[in-house]
This record gives sequence, C-alpha cells and structure tokens, in this order.
Amino acid sequence: METTATGSTAIAPASRALEVIGGDLTEKSLRRYLEGIAGVDAVGLEARAAALGTRSIKTTSKAWALDKIISLIDLTTLEGSDTPGKVRSLVAKALVPDAGDLSTPRVAAVCVYGDMVPYAVEALGRAHDADAPGRINVAAVATAFPSGRASRSVKLSDTADAVAAGADEIDMVIDRGAFLSGRYGLVFDEIVAVKEACRRPDGSYAHLKVILETGELNTYDNIRRASWLSILAGGDFIKTSTGKVAPAATLPVTLSMLEVVRDWHRLTGEKIGVKPAGGIRTSKDAIKYLVTVAETVGEEWLEPDLFRFGASSLLNDLLLQRQKLTSGSYSGPAYVTID
Amino acid sequence: MTFLEYAPAPESTSILDLKSEYGLFINGEFVPGNGESFTTISPATEQKITTISCASEADVDTAVAAARRAYEKTWSKLSGTDRGKYLFRIARLVQERSRELAVAETLDNGKPIKESRDVDVPLVAAWFFYYAGWADKLDHAGLGPNPRSLGVAAQVIPWNFPLLMLAWKIAPALAAGNTVVLKPAETTSLTAMLFAEILQQADLPAGVVNIVTGAGATGSALVNHPDVNKVAFTGSTAVGRSIARSTAGTGKKLTLELGGKGANIVFDDAPIDQAIEGIVNGIFFNQGQVCCAGSRLLVQESVHDEVVERLKERLSTLRVGDPLDKNTDIGAINSASQLGRMRELSDIGEQEGATRWSPASNLPQQGFWFPPTIFTNVSTSHRIARDEIFGPVLSVLTFRTPTEAIAKANNTPYGLSAGIWSDKGSRVLAVADKLRAGVVWANTFNKFDPASPFGGYKESGYGREGGRHGLGAYLAPAAGPKSSVVSAIMNKTPLGGSK
Repeated sequence: METTATGSTAIAPASRALEVIGGDLTEKSLRRYLEGIAGVDAVGLEARAAALGTRSIKTTSKAWALDKIISLIDLTTLEGSDTPGKVRSLVAKALVPDAGDLSTPRVAAVCVYGDMVPYAVEALGRAHDADAPGRINVAAVATAFPSGRASRSVKLSDTADAVAAGADEIDMVIDRGAFLSGRYGLVFDEIVAVKEACRRPDGSYAHLKVILETGELNTYDNIRRASWLSILAGGDFIKTSTGKVAPAATLPVTLSMLEVVRDWHRLTGEKIGVKPAGGIRTSKDAIKYLVTVAETVGEEWLEPDLFRFGASSLLNDLLLQRQKLTSGSYSGPAYVTID
Repeated sequence: MTFLEYAPAPESTSILDLKSEYGLFINGEFVPGNGESFTTISPATEQKITTISCASEADVDTAVAAARRAYEKTWSKLSGTDRGKYLFRIARLVQERSRELAVAETLDNGKPIKESRDVDVPLVAAWFFYYAGWADKLDHAGLGPNPRSLGVAAQVIPWNFPLLMLAWKIAPALAAGNTVVLKPAETTSLTAMLFAEILQQADLPAGVVNIVTGAGATGSALVNHPDVNKVAFTGSTAVGRSIARSTAGTGKKLTLELGGKGANIVFDDAPIDQAIEGIVNGIFFNQGQVCCAGSRLLVQESVHDEVVERLKERLSTLRVGDPLDKNTDIGAINSASQLGRMRELSDIGEQEGATRWSPASNLPQQGFWFPPTIFTNVSTSHRIARDEIFGPVLSVLTFRTPTEAIAKANNTPYGLSAGIWSDKGSRVLAVADKLRAGVVWANTFNKFDPASPFGGYKESGYGREGGRHGLGAYLAPAAGPKSSVVSAIMNKTPLGGSK
C-alpha cells in the first residue's frame, strides 16, 4: 500500500474497480462507494425468499430441475480425515452418480482441500481433460480455509500450490475480521492478490470463488457490501459459506447475493457466478434455489459457469427423487451409494 | 419449453362438495329465498358454480327477527367465556377446512390460490382466534366496566376478500355479544355458504348468525331494517354515503370502510429491492382489488427512472393465469363490470396523456382478465391519479422533497392507507405522522393482523375494524349515568388506598 497525494491509502489496481469507481482508487473511494449501496430490509428480503420458496415445481419441470441441480453440484469433501482413498471414492461418485441409471448427469466439479488436488486430478483421468465431454472440474479450497487466519504469504502459496497441482477453481475465504473492522481495502487487496496467485504459467487463470462466510457477516447489509467488494476485486464467483459455520447457505442470503450479481450485470454487462454452500440437503430445498435464480437473474444463470451448489449429501437425495420419478415409487438409502 | 414455464400445478377442486343450490341461512338452517335465485360463476372461466338464493324484503325481516330472538333468548345471556368457546371452535373448524375454503374462494372470486391459501384463510382463522380471546375480557375494551352489546348487527361485505371480510365483521360482533345478519356480495356468496355449514358444525345457537344472499336491494332492506342496532358496511364510497344518509337519525351505530387511493412513497434511500416487491404487493396483490391498495406510487425524482426500470423488469416475471394453479401470481378480475371500469379508466389515462405499459402476456380467452399495468408521466390532476380504479393499475408520480411527498399523498378525498419506503427511521416516523391515512405501512405494504385497527380518514369511511378499537365498534358503555361508571372505577380499592 502507498499513500497518494490526496492522503488516503491506495489499493491494488483491479480493472473492474478502476472502471466502476474511477481512476483514483483508494481505500477512501472504495469505502465511499460501498457505503453508497442501497440498504437491505431484512423482513422484506426474507418475505420475498419465502414467497419464491412456495413455487410448486411438478412433473416435467421437476424432472428437468433434478438433472439440472445434479449438473450444478460441486461434490465436496472437506474433512480433516480426508484421504486419497476418500477422494477417489468421491470422484467415482462424481463420474457416475447413479450406477443404476447411466442417464444421470455428472456433477460440475469435485471440491477438496489443496493437498488432495493431485489425487482428484489423477482419479478423474480423461474426464479432467480440457475438451472431455462431461468434463469435471477440480475445485480446491485455499487461503487458510475455513478461518482465513494466516499471513498473506501463506494464503498465496496455499493458492499457488493448488493451482500448480491442477486445480481449475479456487475457493478462497475473505478476511472477515478485516471486513468487520471496516478495513475494506485490506480485504480488497487480498482478493486481488489471490486472483493473481491463480495465474497459471500460460497466462490463464483458475476460476476464483470468493467465500464471504455470510454466517459471520451476520447482516444482509454486510453481505451485500461484501458481495460488491468481492466482485470489484475480481472474483468470478461469490460463495456464501465454508460449510463450517452455522448458519451456512440460506435462501434469503443467496437471493441477496443474486440481486448484487443482477445489478452488476445491469451495470457492466458482465456475468458473475453465485454458489450457495452448506446446509442444502434436500431436492426440495435445492429446487427453491433454482427458482430463485431463474426469477431473479434469469434462466441463463442456470449453467455450471454461473451457478453451483456446494454440497455432499444433497446428491443422494436428488438420486432418490430421480429414481422415484422414473419408477413411480420411493426407494431408500440402500439404493444409492454412500459416496 | 423453458424452466420458467413451470409445468401446470393446479390445486384440485375435488375437495369441494358443493350443493347445486344454496338457500338463505336463517335461524341455523338453510331455507329457500323468496327472491329470484341467481347463478354464481367462476370469473376465470365464466362457468357456473352453483345457484344462490335471493333474499326478499320479507326474508330479511325473518332473518332480523331470528337474530333478535337469538340475541334476547340466548346470546346476550351467555357468559363471555362461553361465547369465546364458540368462536374458538369456529376458528379451529376454519383451520381444519382451510384447503376447501381456499379452493372455493379462488373458484368463486378469481384470486390466486396462493393468496387464498396463504393470506385469506389463515387470516380468517386468526381473526376468530383473536376475538375469541376478547370475549371474556370486554371490561378492558376501553369503554369502562361491563360494556353492553348493541343488539342485532346488519353487515354488508364486498367481493374482494369474501371470507376475510366476513370474519372481520362477524368475529368482533359475536365476541361483543351481538347477533348478526350478514349479506355477502352478489358475485361471491360461496364461501359464506360454506361458513354457514361450519357454524352448524360448531353448533352455534340458531339465529346468532344469519346470512342473506342477494344483490343491492337485499342489502338495502337489511341496513334499513328498523330492528337493527348496528350497521357495518365495507364497499364503495357511493353506497357508503347512501347508507350514512339513510341511517342518520335512526340511532343505529354505523361503521363504514370505503374506497381508497393509497400513496406508496419511495424515498431515494429506500431498500430498493424490497421497495420494488412492496410496490408490486401494494398494487398487484388480489389483482389490485383492494381498498387499501397502493395505487399511487410517489417516487423521489432522483430515483424515478431506476425504480420504473426495475419495476418493469419485475412485472415481467409475474404469472397471470389460472387462479387455481399454485404458481399463479395474478388471477382473474372478479366480474365483467369491474373489468369494464378498469378498461374505461385506463383508456382515460392514455387519453389524458399518461404513458401506459404492461408486460407481454397471453391472457386466457374465457373469463375476465386485465394485465398488470403501470402508468408513467401521470399528473396529480389525471383521473387515474384521483379515482379509485380497483384493479391492477399503478399510477407513478414523482416528488422532490418530503414536504412535497406529504402534500401529494394527502391530496386525495380518500385516506385509507399509505406506505413509506426509506432506510432512515426518523424520516419514516416524521412522514407517517403527517399522512392523513388510517394505516401507514413502513417498508412493507398490505400487511394485516387482527390485533391492528384498520379504517379510514375522510371519504374512506369511519370507525375501525380489528384490534381493541374494532371491538369498541360493537359495544356501548354500561347503561346509566356516567357517574356510575366513575363510581364503579372508584370502588375498586387501589393498592395501599384508604380502607
């Protein structure tokens, strides 16, 4: 950071922020911009989310929705107990979610800790090739996930390691402590730096998902502000939660983030992705998210490069619902694989 | 087909077990009316639902006599606790039969099933539960100890919330110890008939509630009947005015809940996404057929273009069509005559120079339909800014300062409702304080609760419904000179008072 002639602290130049806020990009101008964003009325937001949740998705619409949701999943394992074997098993499930019905679509990506990336890449084999049909991405959580409490250099090398190991997507966490104490420039700079660490030798970038950890930001106003901040700093996706903090993803939080993405698109024409993660376990809930996306930003967002579900147990519920639609009767947990 | 063209999700009508003809509900029984029966149709399809009897003047007389008998022999002699038991029983039966009532309401009225299911019927139950609790606590209604009931209440209700308006009228009247003769609107009598069945199920003493169906003549015979003590009317200002004239000097206590032209004021610091939802809910809820609808949008000039653009985008996602489909947002208009009025006033709006806009939509061929419509470039002198359209038609006006917003909001003969959208609490309170409207919503709109009084200023009527105030509309202070009330209070020895 350096001090400019105006006396406020300059922040890393990010092209989006430069374009939207203007050439004089400082901590001060960033703060002023974020504080100028219209507030959120919590009661109204929650009422709208609840209303969207009452949509009745039946028959053909339901069948389409179930397959669409499967294709939008980041199938996730983020445990201290993860092993190469566990990751291989997860990848197998991602490739063939339902061995009894090969028409079941594949998920969008597998999401693992950075040190598990090589095993995921290896297990995916050809399915990870750039032009493979039904390609599955590898997403890695980075930047001292889930707390983000480490030095900048640790976070950056965490990111660079994962990218070097073959991760296509990086799920970073923001520094919530810095955000809550009003040091927006610090959060901004860090996202810019992590984005730079996503750069591959060939000049391309791994996709960057910015986790806000909305359960710690607490208010919808904070969530909206953090969403704008993350997009301005260069995030490709904004993601609700790590899944390690309760509450994780909720429908009102996701709706609020989708509204930011819609406004950003209106302002710049650019499309940003949204990923609710944690706590979405049933098909019924996931369909509510699908409805919310379609009615807030439009159906074109229902593609893996613009919307993802961060989930693990959700997949099996989708498979059970899918089996029910084909066979007409409910089966049970014994008819889907554990992972 | 795209995802957003959700597959049809119609609520089944098989839950209904309707009779081919309904009589009048007098003295606890269905009896044929002596007027000429009429059919009630579904406004979404124009198909006949059933036949409804019409009460002649003689039938009204019989009904009022039954109510009088029930008042004197039974209802006024019951304790508050016992009246409360009946009301609780009715509330529970409404909940038990809620799906059936919602389907019948949607079929007969044309409103979307999601509204009858999630708003109308739950509020009906809530109203009975709320006033059931009051029945044995009338000493605390604000009229001193031992307030008296009035006697027989004549109640005439509109077609926009048929069952809910019935509940608003009947629940406080019964809690306060009155008996009732109620006349539903001609086009929406069906749920009142199902409600009469619920009263039979609840074993309510015969004659405590009587329901006479029919058109204007029946209503006129009822409110002008010499033996009623209380008249409560919800409907148009024109009819309300004639009722006020005819009841003047008769000693009948009168409550009128009439028209409105509510202002929904959006300041530039409003939570914008929720304000858009509030505007939509304010004017498109129940196809705008709401007396307290936010039909005038007053938006601060600096955010006018943004608000209109976002509003148009949002309107494009509204789903107009089969009211029984669970995904329908906007249903059918209740009758051909209402539809005619909306068309006429909207055409006048265009002729007067306002700009009309509706989202693209395929309205069904059969039935009565009007697309959600907004008018921009509206002046305060335009008829669409002054007359109650009672439909899904929003007039957008602008203001520059809070003072101007208040002046424009109050510049109407009506005064039923208003809304304020701002993130600044102090401004919300300051503006609300100066609005001449019975209900002012802050950062929300069209929210109802039985504990909250509702009613109008000026040509929107007088008297309050709901809450403790609504109870007071069916009570009088204890008989005798005022001093007896005072002494009754004095006799209650205060803590630590003289012995």
